[in-house]
Amino acid sequence: MASDLWPGMVGERMTIGPEPSLVDVVSGEEPLAEAGAPQTPTGAPIRGRSLRQIAWSRLKRDRVAMAGGAIVILLILVAVFAPLIVKLLGHPPNEFHQALINPELQTPTGKFGGISWNFLFGLEPVNGRDLFSRIVYGARISLLIAFLATAVAVVIGTVLGVVSGYFGGWVDAFISRTMDVFLAFPLLLFAIALAGVVPDQAFGLSGDSLRIGLLIFIIGFFGWPYIGRIVRGQTLSLREREFVDAARSLGARWPYVIFRELLPNLIAPILVYATLLIPTNILFEAALSFLGVGVRPPTPTWGGMLSDATHFYQIAPHFMIFPGLAIFVTVLSFNLFGDGLRDALDPRAR
Amino acid sequence: MRRDSAFWFGSRGRRSTVAVAASAALALALPACGGGGGGETTNTNAQFDAAVGKVFNPSDAKGGTLTYANSGDWDSLDPADTYYAYSWNFIRYYGRSLLMFAPEPGEASTKLVPDLAEALGTPSDNAKTWTYKLRSGIKFEDGTPVTSKDVKYAVERSLDKDTFPNGPTYFNDFLNLQGYTSPYKDPSPDKLGLKAIETPDDQTIIFKLKAPFSGFDYFAQLPATIPVPRAKDTGTKYKEHVISTGPYKFETNQLGKSFALVRNDQWDQATDPNRKALPDRIEVSLNVNADDIDNRLIAGDLDVDVAGTGVQPATQGRVLSDPNLKKNADSAEAARLWYVSVNPDVAPLNNIHCRKAILYGTDHEGYQRAYGGSVGGDIATNMLPPLIPGATKFDLYNFGSMKNGDVNAAKQELQQCGQPNGFATNLSYRAERPKEKATAESMQQSLAKVGIKVTLKPYPQGDYFRLYAGKPDFAKKAGLGLMVNGWAADWPDGFGFLSQIVDSRVIRASGGNTNLSVKIPAVDALIDKALVTTDVKQREAIWPQIDNLVMEQAVVLPGVWARGLLYRPPNLTNVFVNDGFQMYDYVSLGAQK
Repeated sequence: MASDLWPGMVGERMTIGPEPSLVDVVSGEEPLAEAGAPQTPTGAPIRGRSLRQIAWSRLKRDRVAMAGGAIVILLILVAVFAPLIVKLLGHPPNEFHQALINPELQTPTGKFGGISWNFLFGLEPVNGRDLFSRIVYGARISLLIAFLATAVAVVIGTVLGVVSGYFGGWVDAFISRTMDVFLAFPLLLFAIALAGVVPDQAFGLSGDSLRIGLLIFIIGFFGWPYIGRIVRGQTLSLREREFVDAARSLGARWPYVIFRELLPNLIAPILVYATLLIPTNILFEAALSFLGVGVRPPTPTWGGMLSDATHFYQIAPHFMIFPGLAIFVTVLSFNLFGDGLRDALDPRAR
Repeated sequence: MRRDSAFWFGSRGRRSTVAVAASAALALALPACGGGGGGETTNTNAQFDAAVGKVFNPSDAKGGTLTYANSGDWDSLDPADTYYAYSWNFIRYYGRSLLMFAPEPGEASTKLVPDLAEALGTPSDNAKTWTYKLRSGIKFEDGTPVTSKDVKYAVERSLDKDTFPNGPTYFNDFLNLQGYTSPYKDPSPDKLGLKAIETPDDQTIIFKLKAPFSGFDYFAQLPATIPVPRAKDTGTKYKEHVISTGPYKFETNQLGKSFALVRNDQWDQATDPNRKALPDRIEVSLNVNADDIDNRLIAGDLDVDVAGTGVQPATQGRVLSDPNLKKNADSAEAARLWYVSVNPDVAPLNNIHCRKAILYGTDHEGYQRAYGGSVGGDIATNMLPPLIPGATKFDLYNFGSMKNGDVNAAKQELQQCGQPNGFATNLSYRAERPKEKATAESMQQSLAKVGIKVTLKPYPQGDYFRLYAGKPDFAKKAGLGLMVNGWAADWPDGFGFLSQIVDSRVIRASGGNTNLSVKIPAVDALIDKALVTTDVKQREAIWPQIDNLVMEQAVVLPGVWARGLLYRPPNLTNVFVNDGFQMYDYVSLGAQK
């Protein structure tokens, strides 16, 4: 049950919302400020801290999570500034440099895969493309697809989860069964099949843009039950709480309750699980490009590079190591940061 | 794929667990390179290409076990149902067809010699009728004498493409069938109702064709002419134990796993001047990982990679860079061309000058590099591989002197076809073939330099010819102006190489075509002329003329005349490349253990 994931929620309220309307003690940390509040022995008033500040200080103390977060930000910057980075530090990603490749061995003539100041990660076998540039551009595609797909999943999952949890009854039953259907879907097969039949132009897009859009749609559209289940569980427990009863008894209708009372409380879990969904989506996108579904060559993707590298791993292992490391580091940092975020927002889950 | 990461990271102390797992994964990710060093060799005369054009380690010593491995599985061990060159090579261990390729190194092996028959075929009625006389004294493994009726029955069986879908259709296409479909539907009591084959006595067999065909002897070497005893024919189950007429017979056969051959005591060396039958026993393993096969060859655990097309790219690098390994390697020329079909049905490639721009603009060395440089093959300047008798090398577009493409000539052609700034087209290739992907990417880059924008379209290899590039309607709708292609001769002569790829009349709208772009009436007329020219030299001179016409029309962009890098473990005896199959001659091999 989704609510088991938040054992600390029962009997307690947590928000990173505009204001705490009730004052609760949060797990024994520093008390909140109030007028006429206690003072330190020196007489200075104890400044209250909002929950956001408490969570942030907890997060700051978690060094592993901060390291993960720093790498995440670095990756995002790399993806955003990819053309500039490649212009400064690398060669155009699709440009061949076959003069540096041994024709019979098909491997770079230099040692360690041709790594040099000119080619930071070496060259791709056979065609001699700059591996560094291709990894940098690959980051763009991986992160773009993962973020947008997660956004799609979060939006759909939140809407349906809240509706399902709040209204209950046959609405809940219907949406829950729909979630089950989506979870049972053979997603990989569907993605492969769909990518095979998509025409060259559709929905006003064509070429790579169309295929990226398709991947975002597939990964996101089928990922919503993951968020949906969690949000539904939270909503179910939240709607029984006193503040919801209070709001209702004052005459609030469901839009007010959902948008002003429930959603602010849901932001925390949504944020955490969105952050944990991103690496899953990165791996899924890598698997699809590994299988040849997704963007067409020569556009570089980490999964696609891994797929090409399997034929050369004995004689040019660098070609497998760098994309593999890129995926590994990305997924690891998101996971560590997401874990740290969850710990910071709800220490009871430790 | 869907995983709740809380499941993986959900326990106490998970941070340190993660760190440990991370470093372990990293350690495992760095592969242990190297592995088995060069095999120790006791033969001091081992050198690179020692088995090309000559016999390496000649021997008459009998004995030992010869071990083979296959990275996949046979299409079928049944002589009526097989279409792989390695299978046609290997089948001579357990079957004797009317004729066979001479077991000699070099050019001699492109010539046919009699096997089951006493001599080459005798044509009559302007090459519409072919007569063969069988040797006497040849028996099946159970002692029953072989007669011409067993050969007729075998050919009748091979006509049944419902029961045996894999084999070639040359007999279906050329015999005067008169509606005959299959011996399994034959109303006559002896099941020999096909009138197109006559057996006036036990030693004579006569084939009657629909139209004259001068190259019929090449049909007589097909496995379909290996005799099959009707009493022991079990239809689709016959492949489980094929009744042997050769020097070896099946001892065991585990379909999909392995099989073993032992000496056939009913085979009489006196009737067989072609086979030495050196080993006592032959063992074959199936579905072995391709890289594993290479490793075992180098380590000395395996004698032959039966597929015979050469080592994997990773092993190629190892073998070529280590002199101890390179001296055990042979670079075998193949009767195979890797090429790109240039589709005149897709605009603007309907204009010959736009097609010529493609041929001028391509980086030919880049194409060759996709296959492993000079070891993978030679840059092809025309279609006919040099191995084909009568092949003449010519170079209409200066591939040889302008190896990386001629940008100026290409741009001039673009002017002439009305596309001075270039144009856009699509290039298809088989997704699972890394060499074809490398070819496609190389062409994309080189053609971009003259302004031709190429979009790559990979399709699955299994249906590439049935549904995609090989289906004319699909290719046209998908705008496939360029289609990566490849073809190996069914046998090394002009007809065996060209007939399926330049004759416009073999193109079927229903798909399954290998001829994707050649529709030239003059070529069709020349093919018809070659079919009836019985004089070998005159016939051989026609094929280069056809090659010339196709190249003039620029509907084919030749890439590479393929070579295979074969590895020859030092304990093999009597090793040489048979140019009829372009791999080691299997029936001549011996194992010195």
